[in-house]
Amino acid sequence: MSNHEIIIDGPNIAHGAESATDHHGHEHHEQHFIWKYIFSQDHKMISKQFLVTGIIWAIIGALMSVFFRLQLGFPDSTFPIMEKFLGDWAKGGKLTPEFYYALITMHGTILVFFVLTAGLSGTFANLLIPFQVGARDMASPFMNMLSYWFFFAASILMFTSLFVETGPASGGWTTYPPLSALKEASLGSGVGMDLWLLSMALFVVSSLLGGLNYITTVLNMRTKGMTMTRLPLTIWALFFTAVLGVLSFPVLFSGLVLLIFDRNFGTSFYLSEIFIGGKALPHVGGSAILYQHLFWFLGHPEVYIIMLPGMGMASEVLSTNSRKPIFGYFAMIISLIGITLLAFLVWAHHMFVTGMSPFLGSIFVLLTLLIAVPSAVKVFNWLTTIWRGNIRFTPAMLFALGFVSLFISGGLTGIFLGNSALDIHLHDTYFVVAHFHIVMGVSAFFGMFAGIYHWFPKMFGRFMNNSIGYIHFFITFIGAYLIFWPMHYEGIAGMPRRYYDYSAWESFKHFQGINAFISIVAIIVFFTQLLFVVNFFTSIFRGRKLTTMNPWGSTTLEWTTPIHPPHGNWVGEIPEVYRWPYDYKDDGHGNDFVPQTVPLKPGEEAH
Amino acid sequence: MSGFIIITLIVLVFIVIYQIGKASEYAAIIRGEEKVNASTNRTIAILLVVTFLLSMWGIWMCNDLFKGRLLPVAACATGVNYDMMFNMTTLVTGIVFFLTQAVLFWFAFRYRSTGEKRTTFFFPHNNKLEIIWTTIPAIAMAILVAIGLRNWFDVTSPAPAEATVVEIVGKQFNWLIRYPGKDNELGKRDFHKINDANNILGLDWSDPHNMDDIIAQNGELHVVVNRPVKLLIGSRDVIHDVGLPHFRMKMDAVPGITTTLWFTPTITTDSMKSITHNPDFVYEISCDQVCGKGHYSMRGTVIVQTQADYDKWMAAQQTYYSQNAPGATPPAAPAATPADAPKKDTTKPVTMK
Repeated sequence: MSNHEIIIDGPNIAHGAESATDHHGHEHHEQHFIWKYIFSQDHKMISKQFLVTGIIWAIIGALMSVFFRLQLGFPDSTFPIMEKFLGDWAKGGKLTPEFYYALITMHGTILVFFVLTAGLSGTFANLLIPFQVGARDMASPFMNMLSYWFFFAASILMFTSLFVETGPASGGWTTYPPLSALKEASLGSGVGMDLWLLSMALFVVSSLLGGLNYITTVLNMRTKGMTMTRLPLTIWALFFTAVLGVLSFPVLFSGLVLLIFDRNFGTSFYLSEIFIGGKALPHVGGSAILYQHLFWFLGHPEVYIIMLPGMGMASEVLSTNSRKPIFGYFAMIISLIGITLLAFLVWAHHMFVTGMSPFLGSIFVLLTLLIAVPSAVKVFNWLTTIWRGNIRFTPAMLFALGFVSLFISGGLTGIFLGNSALDIHLHDTYFVVAHFHIVMGVSAFFGMFAGIYHWFPKMFGRFMNNSIGYIHFFITFIGAYLIFWPMHYEGIAGMPRRYYDYSAWESFKHFQGINAFISIVAIIVFFTQLLFVVNFFTSIFRGRKLTTMNPWGSTTLEWTTPIHPPHGNWVGEIPEVYRWPYDYKDDGHGNDFVPQTVPLKPGEEAH
Repeated sequence: MSGFIIITLIVLVFIVIYQIGKASEYAAIIRGEEKVNASTNRTIAILLVVTFLLSMWGIWMCNDLFKGRLLPVAACATGVNYDMMFNMTTLVTGIVFFLTQAVLFWFAFRYRSTGEKRTTFFFPHNNKLEIIWTTIPAIAMAILVAIGLRNWFDVTSPAPAEATVVEIVGKQFNWLIRYPGKDNELGKRDFHKINDANNILGLDWSDPHNMDDIIAQNGELHVVVNRPVKLLIGSRDVIHDVGLPHFRMKMDAVPGITTTLWFTPTITTDSMKSITHNPDFVYEISCDQVCGKGHYSMRGTVIVQTQADYDKWMAAQQTYYSQNAPGATPPAAPAATPADAPKKDTTKPVTMK
């Protein structure tokens, strides 16, 4: 099925008689290793590329957290193993303060962008969109391939920055200037920051290429009968995720370009009245706050880019494994729309203490607390979905339930932070660290795990091991709460974030015991994730094989493709869709579900 | 050597868990999927309930552990309001938290599949329910916002006219605090004039208001109890933040911009020492915006004193001019330092162990 036929001639061609013969032609065509596995244009292969790259980055980012948690938990101890890994950056077995800040910066950058954006959206948008809308591939398989390789190029640059002599970027993942603009302000603001900026520029290109593709495919390439209101919620969520990205990443890009100019071409977009390194700099007239506006204009939609795919997948997994329709399909769509719209209007709640006009602050408070409402609606709808269901506890289902629990916890603490008067005290404390870790670092990750466990059979034709999956779930779920729950209290006590050591602080030094406890649990949870990685890779080759096309008894289209779907997904014509994706009800033939491809019985009402 | 043993141990544990996983997979195939699914389901459901109950107990324990180890009573009126608002928000979100989590785990257990064929309740939507649980959260948010904004406008209101004005400037990696001196006015400063040896804030010596200004380089902010103080906050280099946890306040210090915050301290440092039963108690200023490798060491202190103690302290301070103006004779001002007092650099870097 060539791009030309799909794009120029329109989606209907995909269902014509020609496609059958064309497809037979494809089946006999043996692809060279390079075109099949490396520069693949097949959405299924690209999704695996994103997933594996994301997993590798996740291990690196998590390993960084092990190192800096060792410093935070045991500031008086030395760990020779750190010197083995980090050399001079951990001379004598203790992290230098400079490298501590580099680690927390890279931890945040890697996990927010490379794992939870590329690794999450990149994997599941690529895997699920063509399958679930009933298309043979994305609107532009070529652009899709480019989106992965731009991500790969960004990864190379970011990885390289870890090894430069002055160290990687170290001003926090938010990289506020002037700290990130001035080489004199920090070692990490040297070459490491240049590489960070170039890497992020490429990353933005990758995201845009992907996002445009996802939107176009969802709007233009749905199969016959697949109206927008018969799309699974995963697709709605991935669609809005792409919209968020396409509209907000360019603003980050502009902010980064201005920063590149300030760093290298003598401009003063963000710089004004600075004395550093023994001399007064010539820059005047700029505003460091401008960067924060440009950054957070992406930064806030970014966290919804991270959350929304998980929400869509959780809806799917909860519904399938409860054998019940998702409750309130339309309300779920409307709440996604509400979240998407409001996501663009709340960015300055990250900036309440920058000295902004109080009136402006109050507007952002109103909008921020508004966004709590559609989120609450979604939680209640998930709870009602499992009510009076027939729940089957696959590992995916457990992670979906855990997703809901963590979203409740993390979402509720957002209410504290969104209220500006409360945020004054809590800003930049461990309360914020607890909030965003629970909601992004755990809840969104649980959405990702649910997706991996649930769709692994579709990706590889085998199951992941269940027992290891259960162990993975329980240790991670309990461990994550043990790590991040105590941090709320530390934040309420005003304990600042991004500190290397608290021993000299009368107000905070008594939290040392808690910090040590958190570090120990974090290390245990880290190793548990490695267990998951081992399960993932060994199951690809030695997992229990699928014997049926639809192991979960799910209604959506991806389970109507063969166990090992070929290039073009369906052998023969793409099925036609007659109903919405949540008909989990008695079909009169002993099954408790009716796939989307089954025509309505005479007299049956469509939902 | 011990590192090697630890790695070996971890690898062995992994192998064991992996084998257990594989073995249980084979066992499941042999015993038959249906039976296994039902018994696994039951085990998992029970584990979920146990997890929930243990978590509730854990939260109780955590609250107990932290009780009294957070912050003492707020040391200003806006801070007291803050704590009331915080507690109310905790109450509202806490109720929602317990109810929703309990429902989640109860439903998961109660509606687990037991292996027998069972039809589920086909319940695709109910508009009345949606309206109810849209409206109630919206009303709750509206109430929290109303209270929050009232406090917000209170805290960000302009300082009263009689407030003492003090300047606090952050730099990598300490705080410089400038007092206006006898004329009660801070003189102009210009970053071009900054010189770390003898003009650390770039005071413009052509402005007479600078002559009696006092700069504390040890990060000590002295304030008088029950008298409002307004801080003019600035930065020499990168963004810092003046964090005052005991007053529940903070404000960014941005180079090129002057930000402000004001408060009226109500509890002296000495009183707080007895309230907290801690003779080492001191109000601390924490830098709350990452500013480089010394971010964690930018420590200042707030000394809340009676007027008498404050006056005594102020009388013992030298003006910055007298310490540093190049070649100038110190003005014969009252409350000036004794003529033979040596020039002292009072910068005290905070050392980490």
